[in-house]
Amino acid sequence: MAETDIRPFTINFGPQHPAAHGVLRLVLELDGEVVERVDPHIGLLHRGTEKLIEHKSYLQAIGYFDRLDYVAPMNQEHAFCMAAEKLLGVEIPKRGQLIRVLYSEIGRILSHLLNVTTQALDVGALTPPLWGFEEREKLMVFYERASGSRMHAKYFRIGGVHQDLPAKLVEDIYAWCDPFLKVCDDIEGLLTGNRIFKQRNVDIGVVSLDDCLKWGFSGVMVRGSGAAWDLRKSQPYECYGELDFDIPIGKNGDCYDRYCIRMFEMRQSVRIMKQCCERLMAADGQGPVSAPNSKVVPPKRAEMKRSMEALIHHFKLYTEGFHVPEGEVYACVEAPKGEFGVYLVADGSNKPYRCKIRAPGYAHLQAMDFMCKGHMLADVSAVLGSLDIVFGEIDR
Amino acid sequence: MAVDPEALSALAQAAVGDALVDAKIAVGEVTLTVERGRIVDVLTRLRDAADLQFEVLLDIAGVDYPAREERFEVVYHLLSMRKNLRLRVKLSTNETEPVPSVIPVFPTANWLEREAYDMFGILFSDHPDLRRILTDYGFDGYPLRKDFPLTGFKEVRYDDEQKRVVYEPVRLTQEFRQFDFESPWEGVDYVLPGDEKAQPPKA
Repeated sequence: MAETDIRPFTINFGPQHPAAHGVLRLVLELDGEVVERVDPHIGLLHRGTEKLIEHKSYLQAIGYFDRLDYVAPMNQEHAFCMAAEKLLGVEIPKRGQLIRVLYSEIGRILSHLLNVTTQALDVGALTPPLWGFEEREKLMVFYERASGSRMHAKYFRIGGVHQDLPAKLVEDIYAWCDPFLKVCDDIEGLLTGNRIFKQRNVDIGVVSLDDCLKWGFSGVMVRGSGAAWDLRKSQPYECYGELDFDIPIGKNGDCYDRYCIRMFEMRQSVRIMKQCCERLMAADGQGPVSAPNSKVVPPKRAEMKRSMEALIHHFKLYTEGFHVPEGEVYACVEAPKGEFGVYLVADGSNKPYRCKIRAPGYAHLQAMDFMCKGHMLADVSAVLGSLDIVFGEIDR
Repeated sequence: MAVDPEALSALAQAAVGDALVDAKIAVGEVTLTVERGRIVDVLTRLRDAADLQFEVLLDIAGVDYPAREERFEVVYHLLSMRKNLRLRVKLSTNETEPVPSVIPVFPTANWLEREAYDMFGILFSDHPDLRRILTDYGFDGYPLRKDFPLTGFKEVRYDDEQKRVVYEPVRLTQEFRQFDFESPWEGVDYVLPGDEKAQPPKA
């Protein structure tokens, strides 16, 4: 028999594939149904965020961070604000810190809810997303009541947060917490013991801790492989050091462990939110929400009616903006997807000289080739789902 | 953090050895500048030093300073999860001098170096797959260089007659405006009109 030339079968996965979580184009080389090589083509959502930020003042730049990981907008703003605050040497008052932590945790739940439930959708379960989105909708209302916007909030400002929360809002967030734990139970009831869900996720996409470090993983991805690493604990920022919460660790480093960690983290986020709400309602949680630095934080509207100086500051801050002293800084937060960092180079003017965004999903998606090699075609979407990919932050 | 910046700087300088060009500490962060050709060696030593263990490469950022002789800076951010430390390593290069690729030390550098190449045109030697990554297929130019205009050169639209997406040169209906709100009393370094004869204030 003549020798036949066997070459791998190449298919395109995406960019318009519902399981691609956005605009991902994967070029898959298959041997039968076994994946031999994955070549992700990214950049279909590239908007030049870093270039745009170089042309905007520091205040204007915050808005671009909402549009990176658009399922947890405020966590991104947080990293940028922290970077600028480090250079400016601004301290955030306690109430401002509590509000930031509260909204960061809301962002974490927003992101995990979306990820866990769409991961289930990718492997065939339709109900979890419907239940999860109901809760996401409620959380977005909290976003809207604080900032006026459901998603692109631009609520965290350099020096604190934009406005104080009304007392009723804090009460409502507190009242949301406990019933949400019941929803977590319901979602877990659908998935955790589910035979099909386990067949699709257990022992799929296993990563050893060593590989995690090599590929620059962070967040849930390293915790799933057994590293007790969470920036909220290991390098605490804001008031995370004073709050009580636990960090879940996985044992096997597979897709199922990562799902379990996300479920556990949502419950811990609720725990943090409750502590924040309690402290915001207590007497010692009252006070200003942003730093008393009129050269950075714009004055309140009422002040401007009577004080000439406040009027001047307001005018200067919304036209020229403030000047950030020359220097470079790297600030990072534990975003829902991992370590979200901002490397900021300031040249002493009112605009960032360079703002490099370190997106956790970028490193995770890069490892697709290494994680999927030897898996079946159907596992690609399971692995992709557990990586927690959002294209806003990867393509920037 | 476990170690204060001075101690970390001393440890890291010892590990880097004679490849070091400069070391500084600012806002609690340690920055080392090293020789371009020795970066692979430097990162390997920082990774393997028992008291540092910088095993995670978080990011590679390019920065463009057109006025400098070697216009690009390549900035590596390292993290040590075991020792809870962070370090920044820098080197400088220009449009033609390649930087040795650090993929043998950290596989994650692959896309990070592709991005630096895509955005700045920084070349990396021995990179297995130095393609563009974020920009469009067939894109020309390096968008994050300071001399690249914010508006770019090409725009795309769907052409209804040809039934396909077409590329055209950027046409602005109004001239691109760059607002300069810097205060003329502190920001500018040119002579204000009418001030030509004024003496500069004596320091």
